[in-house]
Parts: sequence; structure tokens; C-alpha cells
Amino acid sequence: MNFELTEDHVMMRKMVRDFAEAEAAPGTEERDEKEEFPLELWKKCAELGLAGVTFPEEYEGVGADYISYAITVEELSRVDASLGVTISAHSSLCANPIYLFGNDEQKKKYLPDLATGRKMGAFGLTESMAGSDASGTRTTAVREGDEYVINGSKVFITNGYYADTYVITAQMDKSKGNKGIAAFILEKGTPGFGFGKKEKKMGIRASATYELVFENVRIPAANLLGQEGQGFKIAMTTLDYGRIGIASQALGIAQGAYEQALKYAQEREQFGKPISTLQAIQFKLADMATSIEAARLLVYQAAFIASEHKIPVSKYAAMAKVFAAETANRVATQAVQILGGYGYTRDYPVERMMRDAKITEIYEGTSEIQRVVIAANILKG
Amino acid sequence: MNIVVTIKQTFDTEAKIALDGKGGIDASGVNLVINPYDEFAIEEALKLKEKFGGEVTVVSVGGDKIETSVRTALAMGCDKAVRVDDPALADADEWAVAEALAKAIAKLPYDIVLAGRIAVDDGSGQVAVRTADALGIPSVGSILKLDVDGDTATVTREIDGGTELIEVKLPAVLTAQKGLNEPRLPSMKGIMGAKKKEISVQTLADIGLSAADATPKMRAPKYSLPSPRKGGKVIPGEAADAARELARLLREEAKVI
Repeated sequence: MNFELTEDHVMMRKMVRDFAEAEAAPGTEERDEKEEFPLELWKKCAELGLAGVTFPEEYEGVGADYISYAITVEELSRVDASLGVTISAHSSLCANPIYLFGNDEQKKKYLPDLATGRKMGAFGLTESMAGSDASGTRTTAVREGDEYVINGSKVFITNGYYADTYVITAQMDKSKGNKGIAAFILEKGTPGFGFGKKEKKMGIRASATYELVFENVRIPAANLLGQEGQGFKIAMTTLDYGRIGIASQALGIAQGAYEQALKYAQEREQFGKPISTLQAIQFKLADMATSIEAARLLVYQAAFIASEHKIPVSKYAAMAKVFAAETANRVATQAVQILGGYGYTRDYPVERMMRDAKITEIYEGTSEIQRVVIAANILKG
Repeated sequence: MNIVVTIKQTFDTEAKIALDGKGGIDASGVNLVINPYDEFAIEEALKLKEKFGGEVTVVSVGGDKIETSVRTALAMGCDKAVRVDDPALADADEWAVAEALAKAIAKLPYDIVLAGRIAVDDGSGQVAVRTADALGIPSVGSILKLDVDGDTATVTREIDGGTELIEVKLPAVLTAQKGLNEPRLPSMKGIMGAKKKEISVQTLADIGLSAADATPKMRAPKYSLPSPRKGGKVIPGEAADAARELARLLREEAKVI
């Protein structure tokens, strides 16, 4: 048992933190205010290898482990959760299903561009009638000769519009429910593939969230990911790994909010002394620090399991995600409380962090769904 | 082109400096980083390599704990490293460090040696210049711009109130000033690749020195912290009166005007 990060991990953390503080932090609040997608930062992330941390070198990835990936998303999210989720959705939800389920040809065609960040990825599962319950999928795919024809729409798609490559799910046989779903790789610019509404969100406002619209989109049969009917399984496995990314994002938000509160508590004077000398504040800080450490251990454990491939990651990723997400919400709320009136204004970042934290309890499976996953794992057999 | 960069590990510039009670500096819990001026030297070395090809070798003096900084330089893109580590260098002064660096560099092929202008911790600014002297080559300090053509370097350096253009024959030691470039961050791939690169650890004997050769000529028996800042003073009253009182206090009490 060893709780120490490797020298590589320490170096990666410093690099991503230096990058995030120098390049992202100065504009985070403005991008939030203007709902401005961090496209330039994405390119810089790509140059540093942050778009393909876990993918092997043969696909031009970094070939690092999931802990490196968790650290990357955590450190980006510590200063800008919108940037964190851009990397997370790209890596975990688009490049990863292609890596896990793609055939050789698909991997060779798509992974190098995604792993280097020359192209950005997104994932389309959710629909207006299909959220936690994927069997409600109404987007259809019909095989016609050596093509599939796709019709329907997807909602709440992170990196939508900006992404070049999309992994999407569609129903091929409604009578089979989840077993009728298939997954496809779709390229931006394919005729009939367009974008609908851009969501106006409470938090992660700089992250792009779009509706995808498919009107008789014809794609080559070669773009079927896995087998027909395997789409639901692909989506669920993708989310198992993806939750490590969102858990890391939540962890980063919590860490960022805690640091803001700690700094403020030591500077802010009331009753003639810094408020950090008051036990009411001290207890809050102690609880925040403790829950962040606990979340970090769960997140890194899930990341470790994802790298080792010895046992299924599903339960551990769900535990990490629900715990880190709830920690982020509690910590960010307490950070606002410690900053008081100032914390409630947009002059301090904790207000944004509290808004950003909420989504981690919702996307890639709500906290309730995480508990369903955990319970199913511990009660099975 | 064979490029050598000398680096020193220093405290993070945001570190809070505390004393250990015995007159020394308490290094516990302090983040250790590459001296920021040395990062400019590394960046310039990597740019030269990108332009002319060749290899960048990092040379540093210090124990195991400096390995992370050496490794970071390799992650940024330097090719290999020499770390001179010897118990006799534990209390090394600038002279001893420069002697060790020069001996280690002399064993390498080198066309140019780059270093930081100064280390942000003790700020002596001696080591690079002494290294040049020990190698018997010229040195130019505080450079802001570097062009290399054949065996000649054209250098813009900072001088008081302006800049100076200098031509110098290589090999030479050049020290980097802030403004020379913007140091790159190590990439993820660079970090992963760094552990495959060689760090040659050499003792004094390996570089042809004895412990006696490295006996420091200076020692620092005591460090002190600056006295804590005293509280400010608010001068009340009408602006003109307050200004007059301020001028009087500055002259008579603070004795600064």
C-alpha cells in the first residue's frame, strides 16, 4: 500500500497547475460571464498533451495512466471547471469509446487526431425523452446498403458544435429496447447533421452545451462502433470511465473553493482578528479539508482501478463520482458562506464555483443514478 | 550544436522563508523548483537545439532531492543530465560549485553554456561567471537576446538604462535575464519520456577533483529574516495640513527626505 504519487504525477500536477493558473485563471470569470467557450485554451491543452492522456503512444496519445488523467482534470477544474469538462468529455466520452470498442481501422482513423487534440470529441446519448433511462432513445438508425441513415436529436451535448467527432447512440429496433441501440461515429459537416439550441446554464457556462440534430444523416456502415445492439453497453461502459473524469472535475472545484475560503478566512478580520481564529470558521475549514481528502482518495482509487484493469471500475467510479460531486457542492456552498456577502458576489470566484459544482451531481449519471449503480453492484449475485 | 545548461534548485518564489533556530533556513515543507532564471536558460538552449540540432545537457550540483528539478528540465526537452553529487559538496560555496560544474562540463563536448543570471534564493550571481573563468572561456551576463552564427554569438544584454550589443566567440557562458524568452511547460509526453533519459550521477572523484579541492572558502554562519513591517500611520486632517505633517515626519522621524 502506497499513498504517494509518483514523480511523474507530481510533475504533471505542477505542469497542469502552472498552465491553469497562468493561462486559464485570468479569464475564467470573464468566460463564465460571457458564456465563451475556451477554444484557445483547448488548443494549448492539446499542445501539452492534455487531450490524450490515457491513450497509447501508438495512437499518438501520452500513454499515461488514469491517475494522470484524474490529476489533469482536477487541476484544470480547480481554476476553470468549464475547461475541465471540455477535456473530460472529449477524452472519456468520445476518444475512449472509440479506443475501447473501435476496430483497428476506426482507431487508426480517429484516435490520433483525438489524442493529440487536432480534433475535439463529443458524445451524444441523452435525448429529451432518454436521460437516465436510455431505452427512451428515439433517434433512429436504419441500415440502407452500405450506409446507415440517422434521424432524431440529442440534447445537452457537452462540446457540441465545437467538436469535430461525435460518438452517438441511436435505436435500430425499438422492440428490443436497450438491446436495439447502436453506437456510431459521426463527423461534423456530414450533410443533415446540424446543431440546435445552445443551452443557457446555471454553471459551467463557458462549456458549450448544444442540441444535435440529425435529418437523414447518411454515414458509412464502417462508422458503426462495435456491433448493432451493442450501443447501450458501449454507452454504459463509456460512462463508467467517464465518471472518473467528472469525479476529478468535482474534486478540482472543491479544492479550488476550499483554497479560496482558506485564504479569505486568514485575511478577513472581524472582531479585531482574522475570522480563521473563530472556531465556527475553523470547523468549516476542517470539514472541507477532510471531505476533500476523502474524495481524492476515492477518485484516485477509481483511477487506479481503471488503469489496472483487474476488477470492474463501475462501482468504484460511481462511488468516487457521487462522493466527489456531493463534496464539491458542500464545500463550494460553505466557501460562499465563509466569504459571506463577498462570496455571494461575482467579485470572488466561489460564487461561480458553487454554480459549477451543481452539474457534477447531474451529468454522466445523477447522484441518484450513481447510488443505483453502486447498489446494483453490491447486491448482485 | 552541443549545448550545456547549468541549473540550480531553489525554493518556490512564493515559499514563506522560516529559520530553523540554529541560524539556518528551514527547508521543510517548501516546494522546490528550478531557479526561474535557469528556466530562461533551458528555454534558450531548447530553441538553439530546435534551430541548429544537437543536444542539450543539463548539469547541476546537488543531492537526490534536486533530481526532480533535473527531471523537469529533461521533461521540458533537454536530452541528458549530469548531476554532481558528493558529500564533500554539502556546504559548498559558490566557488566550489563553480569548480565542480566546470570540471563536469569540461568532460562534455560543448559549444555554448547557458545559465540563469542569478539564483532567486541566495542571489550571489557568482556561479556562472566563476564557471566560465574555471573553463577559461568568456562570459556575458544578463542577456535579453541571443543569435548564433557559426562560432560567434551576438548578444543583447541589459545594462543600466539601456542595452548593449556584444559579439563573443564561442564557446562562452551566457546568463539569462528575464525577458530573454517565455519558458515552455513540460508536456505530458515530455514528462513521460523524461524518465527514459539518462541522468549521470558523478562524484568529485569522477570529475577529477578531491574533497580537499572543493573545500569551501566561505561559509554563512547565520541568516536573519527582515524585521517585521511596522503598522502604518494615518495622518488625519485637511489635505494640505496632512501633507505638511507627512513631509515633516518623513524628514524628521523617518529621515528619508
